Amino acid sequence: MLFSTEEILETIRMIAVENLDIRTVTLGINLQGCASDDVDVVSQRIHDKIVTTANQLVPEADSIESKYGIPIVNKRVAVTPIATLIDAFVANMSEDDATVAGVQIAKSMDSAAKFVGIDFIGGYSAMVHKGFTGGSTALINSIPKALTETETVCSSVNVASTKSGINMDAVIKMGKIIKSASKKPINCAKLVTFANAPPDNPFMAGAFHGSGEPEAVINVGISGPGVIRSVVEQAENSDLGTLAESIKRTAFKIARVGELVGREIASRLGVKFGIIDLSLAPSPIRGDSVANILEAMGLERCGTHGSTAALSLLTDAVKKGGAMASSYVGGLSGAFIPVSEDYGMAKAVEVGAINLDKLEAMTSVCSVGLDMVVVPKDTTSETISAIIADECAIGVVNNKATGVRIIPAGKEGDYVEFGGLLGRSPVLSVGKFHSEKFVLRGGRIPAPIQSLTG
Amino acid sequence: MEKERAVITVNGADHPGIIATITNVLADMNINIEDLSQTVLQDLFTMIMIVDLRGADITELQGKLNKAGAKQGVRITVQHENIFKYMHRV
Repeated sequence: MLFSTEEILETIRMIAVENLDIRTVTLGINLQGCASDDVDVVSQRIHDKIVTTANQLVPEADSIESKYGIPIVNKRVAVTPIATLIDAFVANMSEDDATVAGVQIAKSMDSAAKFVGIDFIGGYSAMVHKGFTGGSTALINSIPKALTETETVCSSVNVASTKSGINMDAVIKMGKIIKSASKKPINCAKLVTFANAPPDNPFMAGAFHGSGEPEAVINVGISGPGVIRSVVEQAENSDLGTLAESIKRTAFKIARVGELVGREIASRLGVKFGIIDLSLAPSPIRGDSVANILEAMGLERCGTHGSTAALSLLTDAVKKGGAMASSYVGGLSGAFIPVSEDYGMAKAVEVGAINLDKLEAMTSVCSVGLDMVVVPKDTTSETISAIIADECAIGVVNNKATGVRIIPAGKEGDYVEFGGLLGRSPVLSVGKFHSEKFVLRGGRIPAPIQSLTG
Repeated sequence: MEKERAVITVNGADHPGIIATITNVLADMNINIEDLSQTVLQDLFTMIMIVDLRGADITELQGKLNKAGAKQGVRITVQHENIFKYMHRV
């Protein structure tokens, strides 16, 4: 036979039993050509460009899903950071008018996204790691309103980079914006504060079409924690080197499916194939959990001592296997540990196995940072800024992307529900001691030296 | 035209007529069976077929086989061969 029965059944088991899926096919679209000094013109052009470029995305993805029998869970669009388009018309506007204009563009994105049938559109974004422009200030100020008045729009702000350091003025601002957006907690699930934001990340909420990208491009995010967990469970008696080898082999297979789907959909849409993001994306389904993989490795609960080492082994093995499977790898590429979106992570918080401090430690060896973390509603904006600053420092010093998607909602001990893929999570506690004097100094933390690291 | 194959997997409780029903659908669509393996384990029927689509539309085949599968009380999956090639061949 062309394939052995075992091979065929392995693939079918991965999909049917172990929840293997393509988590997202994300079409990046360049909107720079939509610039105008008239916000009505910009909004119309943005709408038209998205609809024209993405109108076949959902039907083609559905057809490929059926052809290969592999679910493609999300179809999304990522666009040029909108702040650059706001720059073109904002110069003589009042702050209030600029916010209204930003919201108008967000609504235009939302309407185009709904028209083409995608679930999220990313790129309501600004890059302010070194400083603000008129457009980025206006965009950031408008984020709470833009997220409240739209459903599909996702926003991200890059406040730090290895080359430029951490813009603490932006970090202060984001603390306030997150607090303000949290009046409707789901808003905060659609907002990421980044260090070293990748230009080709297919995952929400942080996807945008970065500089250097082609006119339109397909980037693919895979899933597969359930498949890896199953391999780890089967390798019960292996030492960790052998275990890493088994994970690598399986990661290769998972990433190959991403490569197949990515290339075919790009070719059908007549656009470039960009990258596969090798991140293992969990979902709230029991078993589709990165935390459960660490537990299958032998930790009683994710978050206990050894979790950082286990996660580092996992991330590295997934990258090594995946890198061989695809010609182009990019995005965030690691293992996601979003608390509410990962059944095992939420459980680990519930039983007291993991706290914010351990989560932060774990983010130093995976992507993408403190993700979908719920903190008490009364957490101050300065404390949120301090949490962001810590996470940025990890990203900046280690030359990797880190993000913070934090949701102030409820009080310690509460469970907050988001629904769907966003899941549910207990509220984590934050430190009792203040950080605002440090945070409010503002300015820019200089870029770290890249040598003399001994 | 490059040969395009699909892998058909059938699972369900064993009873007479499963193969006949499926092969009828294939014959009607002028689809050629290239390879076939079948096992019955504890009354659970598992069959894997590799077929040459000969220009037939895979979505149409899936639709017809899903209907046939529902009548026979078996689960039928039809997947283009490339997913197996990509996963299992370097």
